[in-house]
Amino acid sequence: MARYFTEEHEWIDVEGDSATVGITDYAQGQLGDIVFVELPEVGSVIDKGKDAAVVESVKAASDVYAPISGEVMESNEALEEDPALVNTSPEEAGWFFKMTIGDKSELEGLMDAKAYKSFCDSL
Amino acid sequence: MSETEENEQQETGTLALDAWHRGKGARMVEFAGYWMPIHYNKETGGGIVAEHDWTRSNAGLFDVSHMGQLMVTGERAAEELEKLLPGAIATLKPGRVRYSLLLNDEGGILDDLMVTNATPWIEGDDEAGTEGHRGEPAYYLVVNGAKKWDDIAHLREHLDDDVTLTHMDDYALVALQGPNAATALNRIMRGVPEQLVFMQSLEHDFGEWPLRITRAGYTGEDGFEISVPAEFAESLCDRLCAEIEVRPAGLGARDSLRLEAGLPLYGHDMTDTVDPVSADLAFALTKKRRETGGWMGFDAVKTLMESGPKERRVGLALEGRLPAREGAEIYAGDDKVGRVTSGGFSPTLGHPIAMGYVDVAHAEAGTDLEIMVRNKRLPAKVVTLPFVSHNYHRGS
Repeated sequence: MARYFTEEHEWIDVEGDSATVGITDYAQGQLGDIVFVELPEVGSVIDKGKDAAVVESVKAASDVYAPISGEVMESNEALEEDPALVNTSPEEAGWFFKMTIGDKSELEGLMDAKAYKSFCDSL
Repeated sequence: MSETEENEQQETGTLALDAWHRGKGARMVEFAGYWMPIHYNKETGGGIVAEHDWTRSNAGLFDVSHMGQLMVTGERAAEELEKLLPGAIATLKPGRVRYSLLLNDEGGILDDLMVTNATPWIEGDDEAGTEGHRGEPAYYLVVNGAKKWDDIAHLREHLDDDVTLTHMDDYALVALQGPNAATALNRIMRGVPEQLVFMQSLEHDFGEWPLRITRAGYTGEDGFEISVPAEFAESLCDRLCAEIEVRPAGLGARDSLRLEAGLPLYGHDMTDTVDPVSADLAFALTKKRRETGGWMGFDAVKTLMESGPKERRVGLALEGRLPAREGAEIYAGDDKVGRVTSGGFSPTLGHPIAMGYVDVAHAEAGTDLEIMVRNKRLPAKVVTLPFVSHNYHRGS
């Protein structure tokens, strides 16, 4: 399994033809206390770079963009009950949704963990 | 003003406690032209919700030095201020504080502010044969940071030349807020809290620090606002935070606390196109002065009080967890009947809350309305403000 990162601070775990998407620890730190996560509906098709989810923190609402294109297979129902999971476990239990990988070439431009770390350090 | 100074004014300013905040891991944001802490480091108990909860249960220390601290002095100071403020200033006793408004001719709110009668008491001198007496009348004003330059210009334009307006920009202002604020402050400045009830103020020399301490705030909790010369601000904050009840809290928590307390925020819940009657701030118009007038905006506000406002500021309680924020439209059936002016998630109540303006026909407490958020209609009920009851110390 390979984990990729975007400049919009999402992570994507790729396993075969599907991927799990969430936001990074850096992102949750910037957003602060998260009170609500609006996830895409299962079966909906999302396009790379377009709105996929919304994270509401105490401060503000922030859009989460689809890191790649594909169809939503599952969304993390645990976030409905406990949106703070995104704060406490952003890169594991606080995942957002699972999706199909529409076009594998879209993964090519993404960062690996090391590149993402230096990207964050440069901010 | 020279060109250099003009350029400097457009840059984001740093205030007396800037380094102090950064040393505590604060996340600094630009606010009202200054770098201000939005919240502190999570690792040391910070974060908006943690700071909010700590203030509701212990005591939060807020830096509000961006606000404008002004002193208006002169024999005719009260009379002159009454030309601009709809509240009674002439009858405000020394050491008393009043919430007031600056209005334009159309009755629109230019700013909201606190006015303290800060007239000093001059001790008598037996040898010289003088008795104790009041010094020159002085009024201490605290105005919004984002509005202070406009306020100063407005006051300078309309106050007579025989009163003096001083911008106390060499002073910091901190607010110690929470149910344990008095306990903590009393351990440092013994006997001071008990001399004050809500909306009273005194001068207190703490060693070489000349402080003005006012029992008031913007969180709905008991607490104190302390005006301190900028050079002593860091030492004062260190001293306060050394008490076990006190932790620093940022602007984020200040906003969620004031929203729960139903307190309007200038630029959001009040603007220069909103009048005090619609804003549900008629309590700031002293009863007698509603009749006698003589203040800017009186004619317009009088007409509104007689005809009644078209819309009114109300509290709105939402179900679920999705907050409705500023700008969201409010519906009754198919009709758009209002808009949200402040909204967020209430950490204390565990559900979203909002303030907004609603047509008076739909403004009664208990009315069921809907708020549109991202093409979803969220059920919302009009509720009486505040959302979380005030905990002011009003004395026995």
